[in-house]
Amino acid sequence: MTELVQAEPETKSTAARSERYFVRFTREQRYMHAVLFTTFLGLAGTGLPLRFSDSIWARGMAGAVGGFGAILFFHKFCALALTVAFLIHVKEIFSRGIYRREKGIFWGATSMVANWKDVKDLLAHMRWFLGLGPKPRFERYAYWEKFDYWAVFWGMIVIGFSGYAMWFAPFFARFLPGWALNAALVIHSEEGLLAILFIFSIHFVNTHLRPDSFPMDMVIFTGVESEKEFEHKRPQEYARMAREGKLEARLGEAPAAWFVRFARVVGFTAIFIGVTLLILTLTAYFD
Amino acid sequence: MTRAARIAAFFLAVFIGPAEWLSDILRSARHHRLAGICLMASALWLAPMRTAAQSDCLACHADKTMQDSSGHSISVDGDKFSASIHGSLQCNNCHADIKEYPHPDHIAKVECKSCHADEGSKLATSVHSSSKEHPCTSCHGNAHEIYPKADSRSAVYPLNIPKTCGQCHSDGAMATKKGLPSVYPHYMDSIHGFALSKEGLLVAANCQSCHGSHGIQSHKNPNSPTFKANIPKTCGTCHAKINDEFQRGAHGQGIAKGDLKAPVCTDCHTAHAILQPTESAFRMQSTPICGSCHKDKLSTYHDTFHSQLGLLGGYVETARCWDCHDAHEIHRASDPRSAINQANLIATCGKCHKGANKSFVQYQPHANARDRKLNPALYFIRLFMNLLLISVLTFFVIHTVLWLIRSRFDQVRRNSANGGKHD
Repeated sequence: MTELVQAEPETKSTAARSERYFVRFTREQRYMHAVLFTTFLGLAGTGLPLRFSDSIWARGMAGAVGGFGAILFFHKFCALALTVAFLIHVKEIFSRGIYRREKGIFWGATSMVANWKDVKDLLAHMRWFLGLGPKPRFERYAYWEKFDYWAVFWGMIVIGFSGYAMWFAPFFARFLPGWALNAALVIHSEEGLLAILFIFSIHFVNTHLRPDSFPMDMVIFTGVESEKEFEHKRPQEYARMAREGKLEARLGEAPAAWFVRFARVVGFTAIFIGVTLLILTLTAYFD
Repeated sequence: MTRAARIAAFFLAVFIGPAEWLSDILRSARHHRLAGICLMASALWLAPMRTAAQSDCLACHADKTMQDSSGHSISVDGDKFSASIHGSLQCNNCHADIKEYPHPDHIAKVECKSCHADEGSKLATSVHSSSKEHPCTSCHGNAHEIYPKADSRSAVYPLNIPKTCGQCHSDGAMATKKGLPSVYPHYMDSIHGFALSKEGLLVAANCQSCHGSHGIQSHKNPNSPTFKANIPKTCGTCHAKINDEFQRGAHGQGIAKGDLKAPVCTDCHTAHAILQPTESAFRMQSTPICGSCHKDKLSTYHDTFHSQLGLLGGYVETARCWDCHDAHEIHRASDPRSAINQANLIATCGKCHKGANKSFVQYQPHANARDRKLNPALYFIRLFMNLLLISVLTFFVIHTVLWLIRSRFDQVRRNSANGGKHD
């Protein structure tokens, strides 16, 4: 018994030493992702019954949220919340990149903007898939992560504009031709469908379900990841930070166990809803 | 009744009766006949012991348990009979072959048409001509308890008619026997049925308002009020203004020209299950009805927001066909009277879309993004969006699948290098 009590602090400190945690996302970025995925699930859940209104499940789903009037209300409510989040994000980029002249926002290793290395990484990654070369060493944001980001960015602009054009059709008709209102629905529904199919299959698998992250990459919820994970997933960034002596500055605290559990529940709920919607979409699409 | 009383009754019938009937004679031919018969009957009745008076017959037939050899009740309720429309008649006015007592076991079937000749001849040419299957009593009820049709006890009182017809024309009965639709439940759940059963509205359309009574013809007969071309006129007897609008509209014009493909009232509203048209149930069921002829228009309507919203149920305010095209007075878009004529579009769209302007009404509610010639801009936008969707998904599905396989392969190799331990 005494031996065990003495042994305990030692095991703890070894664990702490090997399990250093590094910050990847700020609190604001995590909140932004939370708003993004909740409103996206809301928009998808209320938009799909409209897009596939003649499918067998559409009427049931509309009824589940309180009939048609409610479904349109939720759709517009989520749209407004997402619009606000999007505007805050754009304002943040400009204030960091232009006003505060922060480096690495628009260009460089930490930027979201695609560069030549992304092209090379993509090709090298494909070669590695086929066993024709070594695994590329990724920087802070890998090419598929940048694609996710810009797909959402472009999607929000396109879906947002076409959605508002339909919402305030008589107003938009003052400066848009009548057929643009027809086009708005085609664009809105096709782009929405692309976003739903992409997020609920490709994004889920690439980010959460692939073997390196299975079953879920918690970094977007906790903001931190273990040193081992960091080094394994983004060796180039890890090496650059070590080289520049900035690793220590990125050290964060291990996430509280309750928070990890909570985030898991939230994350799995989101994935469950998403996969359900994906299955419904596919059944309706190929019906 | 003593013989003296009978003589007194005869004089009453002969001298006072005709004076009372005189006004009736002037009013209706039927009463004329009735009066004639009664007079004749009274004369016959005077002849001693040759005829049977009501009370004589009732001496036996008042017995409620009385049955004939085949087990049918032959009992007559004297009170009800004397209160009925035939109460002043004597039994052998109808049972004419009974001349003395005791009468034979088998007596002739009563022929109502011997008095009611008009009705009889109409019935003979109707769908109910078989007197065996449709004796007068099947609608008018017990022969000894028939009341005038304005009497609420009558089986053919307006409020009782659906039930009377429904004895045959409801589930199971006629439906299985003759392959006729079961119309009674549909009618009872219709707006006419509700008006009749819930409000007791005497003017609410009942079966005979549309089908007639004695001379009912199949809807395939061009003389029938329910023949397709006659339906607008039939419904128009009550719905006069709507009939006028319909006659001016394209569908009414088509029917007037003899084009029986054009729809009439019943094609959209159904014949028996007629719903209140502002009700959500009707708004939900009716676009496919228009679409059964205007197929291309229904399919393009389905692609629009109006339909997508509308199909979800509950929410029924989105535009249905007639919200834009009008329901009864429908004209081609090129006609200046048409609700969808360019000159009227702002008003028509403006019914729902406040602030609709000239550019707004150029929105095409039947645009077809699959039709390159008709809607080129929309066609190419849809094509671009589809290509984008397909190429992005195809690339990433391949990318992800390869990645998954490779990652798993690496992971397994790494684990086996670690002696089977998981990372």
